[in-house]
Amino acid sequence: MLSCKDVTLLISRSMDASLPIGKRIGVRVHLLMCQLCARYKQHLLLIRNTVRHLMETADTPVGPYGMTLSEEARDRIRKSLRIP
Amino acid sequence: MGKPENVDPADWVERYGDYLFRYAMLRLRDRAASEDLVQETFLAALTGRDAFAGRSSEATWLVGILRHKIADHFRRHSREISFPDRDPRDPAEEAIFNASGHWASAPADWGTHPADLFRQKEFLAQLTECLSELSPNQANAFTLREIEGLGTGEICKVLHVTETNLWVILHRARMLLRRCLETRWLARETGKGS
Repeated sequence: MLSCKDVTLLISRSMDASLPIGKRIGVRVHLLMCQLCARYKQHLLLIRNTVRHLMETADTPVGPYGMTLSEEARDRIRKSLRIP
Repeated sequence: MGKPENVDPADWVERYGDYLFRYAMLRLRDRAASEDLVQETFLAALTGRDAFAGRSSEATWLVGILRHKIADHFRRHSREISFPDRDPRDPAEEAIFNASGHWASAPADWGTHPADLFRQKEFLAQLTECLSELSPNQANAFTLREIEGLGTGEICKVLHVTETNLWVILHRARMLLRRCLETRWLARETGKGS
């Protein structure tokens, strides 16, 4: 019988590769009975989807959040770009 | 319409500087290193400008160069500082499960509209902060997998770890990140009250 600790490791692994059939069944059975592990899996998938969604929107020239080059770096880069 | 409009290199910094910087920051979480890579990207672009045939947009082309710079940075850096997370008993993880492997610190109910949890701006800021609380190996593994979207085989090469090792590293990264995001969110929600 898999413990919650085992199952969380397998949930994570299933997000990167497919599990061997025995483990896959073990996880599925555990999740049917264990609300907390089911919730854990749901949270991990939500985080993954949110990150993916954000990457699609964040990687546009007008990003939604305020991380910008410092003035100093901006100057330095501008100077280094001066074409001889 | 033909040729896509290109920006004069003199205006690159204005036009693309912040964009490239954010792109690098999200992946490196290091301001100085990110700024350096942006500079290197522009310099490489300047030299290779004639070879750029306008097959993609200028922004895409610049990001392509930056991606290579980031990959190089990871390779260099992981060789310098990489230490495999070999310790089988992670103290942070020990606190989450009890001795028999059951939840000691269980995941909280995120409510019926968990998507509200992650309003874009705040989520990104919190994700960045939570990532910086992980070990470098954990944060890099998570970033390469979930943000860069690399396969595990490639990540193993970049970070110099075995696949089994990587599974454990990613597992811990996800577990600690989930808890960190939850703590921050719950703290904010209750603090907001009244």
